[in-house]
Amino acid sequence: MNALREAVLADDDALRRRYPEVFDPHIMRSALAAILVAGMLALAVFGFWRLDFSLARFGSGLAQIAHIVTSMWPPSPGTQLPVFLHALAETLAIALIGTLTGAALAFPLGLLAAKNVIPNVFAHFAVRRLLDTVRGVDVLIWALIFINVVGLGPFAGILAIAVSDMGSFGKLFSEAIENSDRKPVEGVVSTGASPLHAVRFGLVPQVFPVMASQVLYYFESNTRSATIIGIVGAGGIGLHLTEQIRVLDWNKVAFLVLMILVTVAVIDWISSRLRFAMISRSVVVVS
Amino acid sequence: MASAVIRLPPEQLDRALAHYRAAVAAKRARTALGLTILAAALVLAGIAGEVDLQKFLANIHRLPAYVWNLIPALSWQTLDADIAEWFWDIKGWLSLLPDTLLIAYVGTLMGVAGAFVLCFFASANLEKRNWVRIASRRFLEFCRTVPELVFALLFVIAFGLGAMPGVLALAIHTFGALGKLFAEVVENIDMNPVEGATATGASRVASIRFAVLPQVISNFASYALLRFEINVRSAAVMGFVGAGGIGHDLMVAIRKFYYTDVSAILTLIIATVMIIDLVTERLRHWLIGWEQRT
Repeated sequence: MNALREAVLADDDALRRRYPEVFDPHIMRSALAAILVAGMLALAVFGFWRLDFSLARFGSGLAQIAHIVTSMWPPSPGTQLPVFLHALAETLAIALIGTLTGAALAFPLGLLAAKNVIPNVFAHFAVRRLLDTVRGVDVLIWALIFINVVGLGPFAGILAIAVSDMGSFGKLFSEAIENSDRKPVEGVVSTGASPLHAVRFGLVPQVFPVMASQVLYYFESNTRSATIIGIVGAGGIGLHLTEQIRVLDWNKVAFLVLMILVTVAVIDWISSRLRFAMISRSVVVVS
Repeated sequence: MASAVIRLPPEQLDRALAHYRAAVAAKRARTALGLTILAAALVLAGIAGEVDLQKFLANIHRLPAYVWNLIPALSWQTLDADIAEWFWDIKGWLSLLPDTLLIAYVGTLMGVAGAFVLCFFASANLEKRNWVRIASRRFLEFCRTVPELVFALLFVIAFGLGAMPGVLALAIHTFGALGKLFAEVVENIDMNPVEGATATGASRVASIRFAVLPQVISNFASYALLRFEINVRSAAVMGFVGAGGIGHDLMVAIRKFYYTDVSAILTLIIATVMIIDLVTERLRHWLIGWEQRT
């Protein structure tokens, strides 16, 4: 090893000449990187100052958290287990109906937003901007709005998830449709089929597995969303979680959080198995 | 050009037809079974979710009415004054919006820093000790599964009202989500440079710095930017639980039926989110291009 080292060092000048970019890193690039990092740190420091961060507050908060975590043990539902289980069922119901309704609403919009189905530029531009706007609003905001429309309760949550999913699904579906193969559609059209037939028998069989797996994936993520929309009063387990946090009943809070974690894990497991089963039969590849 | 349709002998044709019909029937039965399960789940969910179609149909007219109320009274003659009235609290909102962005930024940065450190302990190719890897993965999983709003609720009680609990909640969620993605990026690297660095006697940190980092840094940055986009949306609702940003004003406006305030704040939020999306998308494309250039 030392012999090799000697040999390399003896040839140092030649090496430097042969690989200048390794030995003399671009000064501008290093400077640029340094400025970038310094700028980001400066913005962060400004943020800490502007958002009232202080070490004292952080320390006392940490002490509080330690206290909360220790008083969470043992997690227990008290006498409210049936109530919590019902709320959990409600949460799953909100996620399921919301996701499916969103998908049903999004399917025609996805067709309208796809360039290869509707060649009209204005139509798909308008539909896409509409979908962007819907997606720009968080599901919690939709929940608050629907509480104003249909009142407190899980129904508002269902509508909130359906509308916010409609935005996401519309975009995903239109991308899946645009990635599909034209040839089956042309084949169906060449037999004298109407445009609707072409969509049903040329397009849908290609994109259905992709869409179904996306719907399942969103069902997974909506189970998480459905746990929090209760915080604003739109039904589900979030309502109880907020209540128990407000009255500082930490054993029940811990139990509710555990319930949420277990449910999410179970749903994840089921839906990822179903998704792999579906996607292995799919034709269209969506990146 | 003559062409002939080949006709199968009748008995062979019957066999093939029977086979085809059986295959189609099996497929239809499977579809029907799936649809039945789905329908049953939907009915059960409808009962649990208190879906009341009559109530829905009786109240559905309120939705267009609500949307109609959101639209401010603008007339062409007095457009300036009308818009000024619509955005009457523009100064207050415009000071809350940068705060919301700062919450997202600081939260993302803290989460990225944590994820950057822990991802090397959670990737199978760099961390050979099983217990370290499994422990860090479970920890990341916990951080991303508990919804950020739940963390925010807890932190509001621990740290008091304000932006700080919002930032910390976003940081923890970002840490969990990005830690997993970063670890996956690290697991997909080419191990030859790492072996080369180790062969020269480089320490663990040095081999990560010179052999791993150049391969992953652009991917990390791209994921972090994507997360920033997501966090801007989340930061906008942190105010719902008292954790800072513009969300509190929005919630008050919705709860108190200040219709035009709702549409004004929503317009500001949507515009901000769209601008951020555009900018980060540009940056991410530039990063991907930069990765291919070097």
